[in-house]
Amino acid sequence: MFGMSTNNVSYNEQGSLESGVDAAHENSSIPASVSGGLFSADYKKNEDLKEMLESNKDSQKLEAMKRIVGLIAKGKNASELFPAVVKNVASKNIELKKLVYVYLVRYAEEQQDLALLSISTFQRALKDPNQLIRASALRVLSSIRVPIIVPIMMLSIKEASTDLSPYVRKTAAHAIQKLYSLDPDQKEHLIEVIEKLLKDKSTLVAGSVVMAFEEVCPERIDLIHKNYRKLCNLLVDVEEWGQVVIIHMLTRYARTQFVSPWREDAVFDENSEKAFYDSEEERKVEQVKPYIMDPDHRLLLRNTKPLFQSRNTAVVMAVSQLYWHLAPKHELNIITKSLVRLLRSHREVQFIVLQNIATMSIQRKGMFEPFMKSFYVRSTDATHIKILKLEILTNLANEANISTILREFQTYVKSQDKAFAAATIQAIGRCATDISEVTDTCLNGLVLLLSNRDETVVAESVVVIKKLLQTQPSQHSDIIKHMAKLFDNITVSMARASILWLMGEYCEHVPKIAPDVLRKMAKTFTSEEDIVKLQTVNLAAKLYLTNSKQTKLLTQYILNLGKYDQNYDIRDRTRFIRQLIVPNEKSGALSKYARRILMAPKPAPVLQSAFKDRDRFQLGTLSHTLNSQAIGYLELSDWPAVAPDQSVRIVEVVEPVKETGAPVHGKSKPGKSSEKFYSDSEEEEEEEEEGSSSEDSSSSSEESESESESEENSDDSNKSSSSQSDSEKKKKTLKNKKLQQQKPDGKDRKQKNGNAVKGQSRSESESASESSSSESSSESGSELDSDSDSDSGTDQKKNTRSKPVQSTLVTKVEKKEVSLLDLDDFSPAAVPSPKSSILSPSLLSDLQGLSISPTQSALQASSPVFVPETSHELLHRMTGKGLSAQYHFTRQPCIYGNSMVSLQLTLSNGSDQALENIHISEKSSTGQNIHRFNAIERLEPQASVTVSMGVDFNDSTQAANFQLCTKEDEFSVSIQPAVGELLLPITVSEADFSKEQGKLLGMNESSATITMTPENVSSQSVNRKVVSVANLGVIPSSQENIHRFAGKTVSSGCLVLVSVALKDPDAVITINTERTVMGSMLLRQLKTALTNSDP
Amino acid sequence: MIHSLFLVNASGDIFLEKHWKSVVSRSVCDYFFEALERATEPENVPPVISTPHHYLINVLRHRIYFVAVIQSEVPPLFVIEFLHRVVDTFQDYFGVCTEAAIKDNVVVVYELLEEMLDNGFPLATESNILKELIKPPTILRTVVNTITGSTNVGEQLPTGQLSVVPWRRTGVKYTNNEAYFDVIEEIDAIIDKSGSTITAEIQGVIDACVKLTGMPDLTLSFMNPRLLDDVSFHPCVRFKRWEAERILSFIPPDGNFRLLSYHVSSQNLVAIPVYVKHNISFREGSSQGRFELTLGPKQTMGKAVESVLVSSQLPRGVLNANLNPSQGTYTFDPVTKLLSWDVGKINPQKLPSLKGSMSLQAGASKPDENPTINIQLKIQQLAISGLKVNRLDMYGEKYKPFKGIKYMTKAGKFQVRT
Repeated sequence: MFGMSTNNVSYNEQGSLESGVDAAHENSSIPASVSGGLFSADYKKNEDLKEMLESNKDSQKLEAMKRIVGLIAKGKNASELFPAVVKNVASKNIELKKLVYVYLVRYAEEQQDLALLSISTFQRALKDPNQLIRASALRVLSSIRVPIIVPIMMLSIKEASTDLSPYVRKTAAHAIQKLYSLDPDQKEHLIEVIEKLLKDKSTLVAGSVVMAFEEVCPERIDLIHKNYRKLCNLLVDVEEWGQVVIIHMLTRYARTQFVSPWREDAVFDENSEKAFYDSEEERKVEQVKPYIMDPDHRLLLRNTKPLFQSRNTAVVMAVSQLYWHLAPKHELNIITKSLVRLLRSHREVQFIVLQNIATMSIQRKGMFEPFMKSFYVRSTDATHIKILKLEILTNLANEANISTILREFQTYVKSQDKAFAAATIQAIGRCATDISEVTDTCLNGLVLLLSNRDETVVAESVVVIKKLLQTQPSQHSDIIKHMAKLFDNITVSMARASILWLMGEYCEHVPKIAPDVLRKMAKTFTSEEDIVKLQTVNLAAKLYLTNSKQTKLLTQYILNLGKYDQNYDIRDRTRFIRQLIVPNEKSGALSKYARRILMAPKPAPVLQSAFKDRDRFQLGTLSHTLNSQAIGYLELSDWPAVAPDQSVRIVEVVEPVKETGAPVHGKSKPGKSSEKFYSDSEEEEEEEEEGSSSEDSSSSSEESESESESEENSDDSNKSSSSQSDSEKKKKTLKNKKLQQQKPDGKDRKQKNGNAVKGQSRSESESASESSSSESSSESGSELDSDSDSDSGTDQKKNTRSKPVQSTLVTKVEKKEVSLLDLDDFSPAAVPSPKSSILSPSLLSDLQGLSISPTQSALQASSPVFVPETSHELLHRMTGKGLSAQYHFTRQPCIYGNSMVSLQLTLSNGSDQALENIHISEKSSTGQNIHRFNAIERLEPQASVTVSMGVDFNDSTQAANFQLCTKEDEFSVSIQPAVGELLLPITVSEADFSKEQGKLLGMNESSATITMTPENVSSQSVNRKVVSVANLGVIPSSQENIHRFAGKTVSSGCLVLVSVALKDPDAVITINTERTVMGSMLLRQLKTALTNSDP
Repeated sequence: MIHSLFLVNASGDIFLEKHWKSVVSRSVCDYFFEALERATEPENVPPVISTPHHYLINVLRHRIYFVAVIQSEVPPLFVIEFLHRVVDTFQDYFGVCTEAAIKDNVVVVYELLEEMLDNGFPLATESNILKELIKPPTILRTVVNTITGSTNVGEQLPTGQLSVVPWRRTGVKYTNNEAYFDVIEEIDAIIDKSGSTITAEIQGVIDACVKLTGMPDLTLSFMNPRLLDDVSFHPCVRFKRWEAERILSFIPPDGNFRLLSYHVSSQNLVAIPVYVKHNISFREGSSQGRFELTLGPKQTMGKAVESVLVSSQLPRGVLNANLNPSQGTYTFDPVTKLLSWDVGKINPQKLPSLKGSMSLQAGASKPDENPTINIQLKIQQLAISGLKVNRLDMYGEKYKPFKGIKYMTKAGKFQVRT
């Protein structure tokens, strides 16, 4: 019990009478119900309260009730006051009444008979003209958990579900769940009520009834069909908590009703749509039936999209998981920004969001890679947040960014938070196994850590090194030797055990050292931890088998020690080993195989993410957070192979009259609120027709909110401009025809409900155009604008013209998408070639910092300040027979060689056949040294893959020419680097900068004076311009008007120093470098950049 | 969904409990206390704890743990977000959300919790609806109530509950019609040893205080809306108008609210307003360490940097610090090892510095890591991203409101690694 005695002193609101009782209460370890023994003490105080309750004055009663509520809040028992309290249930004073309600709900379960006394009051209140009183009566009535009144509750719920006030109906929806938990036998009747309430068109009711549905009958998915479209349309206006529940329910629904949009050969509806319009479509006839997204599926995605901007984190998470589980893969990137935004929120929110991002980032690195820096750890983060961020950074690591990530990890290893430092070492281990190029670097770095002073760090390093060595032991005997040397200083038992195991396993690589270690162990055997003893026995056995001459006696000694050990595990193991390795008559056949048993090659452990298998749970759920199935978790079903009948969702059109349960409120108060009503429904309309630009606000009707489905057509034609409505109508009819062809069975019904069909078809055509735009974007490359114009059909063009603002917005988003798409889940077919030769010295130096006393070099390479997103065309898809290629400079140190410039190549297949064996041919025409990417065996149509490569340009801007080959063709391509890309940023101090600058005068200096445009004068824009032109590091400057930048050339490592001195309105650019040619080229480019006014 | 709520104070006592369904014994919190004991820092308690029959979801605010008891599957963020909303409501009602304030107003707290949740599902969380149902306690109202016998509890269903603009009540009247907007930007940054920026981004919010009569319809437009990369809105903002025209169009709630939070696109370089020169070193074998820190303005667009506060968690081995600030005051807590230096305003002519020595535990080895330096600061009349409000227009009402806009830049999570 967590006594309150300390609080009691300060908090004595209940008055002196109580305090003695309170103290008595604190001593009882169980609150409330079992405090009977103290009844006599309570008695006196409660007498007083009873008296107050029975007085004539409301104020006295109120005071008494307030004190009773205080008791309840503290968790104390006040049940014996029940009779006195219940009398006041019919009080006129509303506050008193509310407090009595609070009391009743708390104690009715314990005092069932007395509780019945109050029922008639509630029944009367249910007929009250005031909706608030009706609602609260129902709330309390349904909260009294007394089985006898189940029939009364049932009746009241049924009545309330047809109440005129939506607020009362909402309360009824809540009451359904309460009754269900009280008496599950009522399920059938309750489902009837749910069915009725699901039809309700009030946004107030929607969330609560779906909640009731989820709790009472989640399996009755059929109840949703008819309400599906309504729910989708209402969603934006439902209150935020309801949104979360509805979105989760609709996710589940959609997974049972629609076919998967993730098919490999997915071709989006754009194509079939276009076929109606232009016959000169290049596309060949597909043999496979193309995937067309169900318009209802699209409706859901479209209507949930605005909710990404919600202020409620639960809503954002809910939409994100909906997109994750339902949207086509290429639309997923929309999730990223919103989730990253949530990371600014409270600690607890961060925790949940990071967990979900961790799961997502395993499957789709590309989604979060551009936001990598948002996951950098701050020293003020809580430990579990730090570890989750680490997890995500590790998941995001790839060949291009590994150097940045390792440099970041290097800081973490030194953290004061040792649990976090240990987790970082694990993470380094995972990076090392995932990316084979850096394995050696990481291993060396970890070895340096072995001399760290902190035990946990050392222990963790040993364990990780052990795991890494297991993957490739032969080349690392020196590391094993090093560890043997350290062995005496390491005290953490897990680490000692790991070293011993390594010695034994690879004793053949260290034939001289292993017996010596065993000798030392024999000395200290008795004082070791159990786990170390076991490994000592193991080591002894292995040495005995390989080197029995030297170790026979030692082994026997250790086995004898083990035989009499206190721990039975060790005794057992010793006995077993002795029988196995020491040949005698009894052991027989087994000892012959001893060597094969003990020295069998063991598979290397797989270091993988703890979030690897989390995706079996729906994202955003409690089960996902706990990584185990929570009570009441509803599994997300797999997509059906064939879509169930779509026509079930078509709704009979009701005449647009006011619904029976129209809000009393809305009608009685037409003035101001209805004004809002208009604008709001207009909003909804606009949402419906994403493609059209009409802004006409006056014509929307009042009913449209409640009757949006049936109304949208008529409204629509009013609203859109004439030309547009024409074309739209055309589309409609075409679409209609098509629909009818597709589904002859549903024909009858549709003709009857023409309206509904139209509505549906319209939404379908829209979804088509929408997805067409996104599709085209994924096809088109850097020259997005021109491409998308030529690619997409007429409808898209119309869109861009009529809505310039939006379209630019769209392209902006799309641009982002392109660069993200590149990286999607095609992790470059890694596992490349040579080993230690490619180890770049710069990386090694990064890791060297892991040791405690780093020798700080004056020229420390730093990470790029700015990485331009622009990519350059390498091969157009027309010349490449479908294969298109783009490259962009990652501005990272290249991991293939320290004189190489690192490039990222995005290959996409724009043809309709898979391309095989894409590679770079061996012969390079210009003699540059090129690190080729590994051949890509197969690239599916419409797919794209990102690979990284390195080119040594020898510090010249001469283009690198090479052949990009597929199985059938060869294409000559060339990469022409801008001079700014041939640099790597470095950080030097301001003093060093001036010193170096002083050495590079005369011929090595080139300068120019330019006139700055006024908008460029700010230091921010100067910095931005310079770093976007050249990959330079910004040097912190103490003078406001001088900006300094430093870099070195990639191949030769020559210093390049740039300084920009502002002298209003002129500016002097000075470049100091030995490479004068590069200097003058850079100067020219900087001049143009700084004098141009565009951003 | 939410079964019960327990409020636990910093010393581990439950001081309030509320149940929305059958009563759950408070012994369920034992699992929480176990986790609390295991955690080294109060923040390290895992937000979600699983027990054999229940799940506990907690949030920590104002040194109070709000522990919700859950019995079945529910999106955890749903509960977390709701709990934070509860705290915000308390703060709104009582000014502060402390144990004392909650205990003093236990009846109002109970009434609020009763209205906010029905059977564990949120019922009314919108502040203006709640305020019509339960009036916030003020001294004046308490006096009036005792005399007239009226109550704090509303008798009518709040008008917002049924309207399509639930965030605004009808019949609002002011004699002075005013609308104020504060554009507040925070810089989150990590600066490395050598002074170069590892990561920096700008997050901003627009907080509003609108006191306007009737049902005004406002539009707010920016000079440079392109700067806003990612936004989240108060529900009152019409999303479609934003998508199409980049204009904020809304019927404002009455009083204070957060209109918009935004993120400035990471493509732009972020101006870092201050630089830090530091020299913190420990010598091997000596029980003394050196500490030197100098601050200076960097890219401030000519504005003054004010309210600068530097704090740093020194390594555990540091026993005491003997420092000499050139301006402001500093404190060092030898228990938590937290050093904080209240600098005040930075004068570019005379840069503030803090110099001196630290004494270390005798015999202890020198700390591995140098401490991280956290900086807080304020710059008035400047939105560091360059965001500017173009104009604010009002439709739907006749009168002319008084409009005001204020810009401010702050440091968010601004860390310098040393």
